[in-house]
Amino acid sequence: MIRTEELLLNVGPQHPSTHGVFRIIVKIDGEVITEAIPVMGYLHRGTEKLAESLNYTQIIPYTDRMDYVSAMTSNYVLVHAVETMMNLEIPERAQYLRLVVMELQRVASHLVWWGTYLLDIGAMTPFLYAFRDREKIIDMFNELCGARLTYNYMRVGGVKWDAPVGWIDKVREFIPYMRKNLEEFHNLVSGNEIFLARIKGIGKYDAQTAIDYGLSGANLRSAGVKWDLRKDQPYSIYDRFDFDIPVGVNGDCYDRYVIRMEEIRQSLRILEQAMAQFPTDGDIMGKVPRIIRPPEGEVYVRIESPRGEIGCHIVSRGKAEPYRLKFRRPSFVNLQILPKLLVGETMTNLVTILGGIDIVVGEVDA
Amino acid sequence: MSEDQDKNPEATGKVEVTDEGKATPTEQTVEKIKEIQATDPSIQTTSEPSDAPAAEIQEDVDAEKEAKLKANREARAARDAARAEAAKLKAAEAAGVAGATGAAKAVEGDATEPEQPKAPSPNQPKLDRIVQIIKESIGEQAVVEAYINEKDRELPCLIIDKNHWLETALLLRDNPELELHYLRNVSGTDQETHMEVAYYLINLNNKQDYFIKVKTDRDGGEIPSVTSVWQTANWNEREIYDLLGVNFSDHPDLRRIMMPDDWVGYPLRKDYEPIDPEV
Repeated sequence: MIRTEELLLNVGPQHPSTHGVFRIIVKIDGEVITEAIPVMGYLHRGTEKLAESLNYTQIIPYTDRMDYVSAMTSNYVLVHAVETMMNLEIPERAQYLRLVVMELQRVASHLVWWGTYLLDIGAMTPFLYAFRDREKIIDMFNELCGARLTYNYMRVGGVKWDAPVGWIDKVREFIPYMRKNLEEFHNLVSGNEIFLARIKGIGKYDAQTAIDYGLSGANLRSAGVKWDLRKDQPYSIYDRFDFDIPVGVNGDCYDRYVIRMEEIRQSLRILEQAMAQFPTDGDIMGKVPRIIRPPEGEVYVRIESPRGEIGCHIVSRGKAEPYRLKFRRPSFVNLQILPKLLVGETMTNLVTILGGIDIVVGEVDA
Repeated sequence: MSEDQDKNPEATGKVEVTDEGKATPTEQTVEKIKEIQATDPSIQTTSEPSDAPAAEIQEDVDAEKEAKLKANREARAARDAARAEAAKLKAAEAAGVAGATGAAKAVEGDATEPEQPKAPSPNQPKLDRIVQIIKESIGEQAVVEAYINEKDRELPCLIIDKNHWLETALLLRDNPELELHYLRNVSGTDQETHMEVAYYLINLNNKQDYFIKVKTDRDGGEIPSVTSVWQTANWNEREIYDLLGVNFSDHPDLRRIMMPDDWVGYPLRKDYEPIDPEV
């Protein structure tokens, strides 16, 4: 008689594969997970509470620190909410600058995901390639607004800084450069049999489950639901561009991988068109009252961040500070499906599945 | 006069920039006006301070200093006038509340009435339809209020009675006409008199979204959990319970999610006072 015993194992809070401080308590029977309980809140800073005593411009830096891998989209969702409430006109040049930084950010964010995902699975080299190219984008952002990660770039009514001389040309040069390197990435990794064996058919769910769990972004699209807010509920100036939405079939980690890689290519397509249409001059700030006071009422805006639907719900009482500010964080909502996916999987697949969801813990905990 | 007008663009330009907030730093007096305007919101809407000084400056372009002083005086006068008017309005409004038909109120009524006819929003039929569906299947008392939120892209909004919320949620999800399978966001608000939980629902096929609100008491208030209807609600409800202290009945796992388990109080409540055991 062999005696088997259930074992409780703590993964995290400090574990490289969690990309932050996130803990999962797993109950394992041998190598197989029987139950998983996520524990979060280690990075909870009370952004929503803090925001209630700050004016809208002061809240922008806090959004940088939520999803620190994609701060530009977090910036945008807040200013977009305030602009919707106040019905503000945004100058063309500011619109294009916003769009360009958001799409560059999407490329940068997916590169971080690609590099770290492969690192989780056990491949070191791709990480270096990914960060080499991401650094190009970070450098451009640094030149634009003086920060590498926490940009604080957007303002209600426009953007804080205009593009310096030659900046647009750098973006133009970056597009073919990135296209070429994306091919290199595919040659390096996408056909690798060991890698495919690790991700194909792992962490599967169907469209019904994805919708039930409120998944968004690549997590939702991998299950075959064609839903991208840039196309389906357009915001900003996305309706002016021609791009495709990659959709998966099986809803496994492989589909999510393919979708994110394809999204980089589509973002480059948008950037290329934006470069052609980019206004040569114009204002970067619209006419905004000196004190930003959205009228009484509430609004919920949502945009497509690299991780999915990021939303901002503002309840205003006509003051300079929000009465209540709630962020719908895609990482938080997407993570909910994790315990369901882990049951019956082996410990090695835990890392594959968690990485495939693509969370940023700063956003999970806010 | 034509000469004056040639120089005029410069003068008017100066005053105009105060409106846009781009005044050159050397024009300190103009800066001052700006400051006054910034501290007094009531003046922002009046156009007098910008136009009146322009006319003054036009007359003696050479005596720039004097003009600036004049502009300053004008601004101050305009501000005082605006203040007086605001006070008058307030008084009139108070009188209106007291029972007399205040002149200000009458004016206000006139101002809003012409806008009313264009009110039927494109989403009004959709709102009427969803209200009809709920009332037919659940009952008249389920819908407390229904309105269109113009600020939020004409979003149809419903306030549902909490005692009927769970069955209404099931109906919204399963009704073949609505098919609201996707719960995109749940957020809670402490309205000081009561608690509010807001649900944003969307049908992914026809892209029609709705906003549902459920209200409950601040102390010991309970709302039925809709985790059994939409899995998304699970952690979102836990978060609202954790930060706002709203109880969700029949929730499968109602524990704190962001704060530590032994935390005292609900941080997002308006009357929250942090307890520091060391003080």
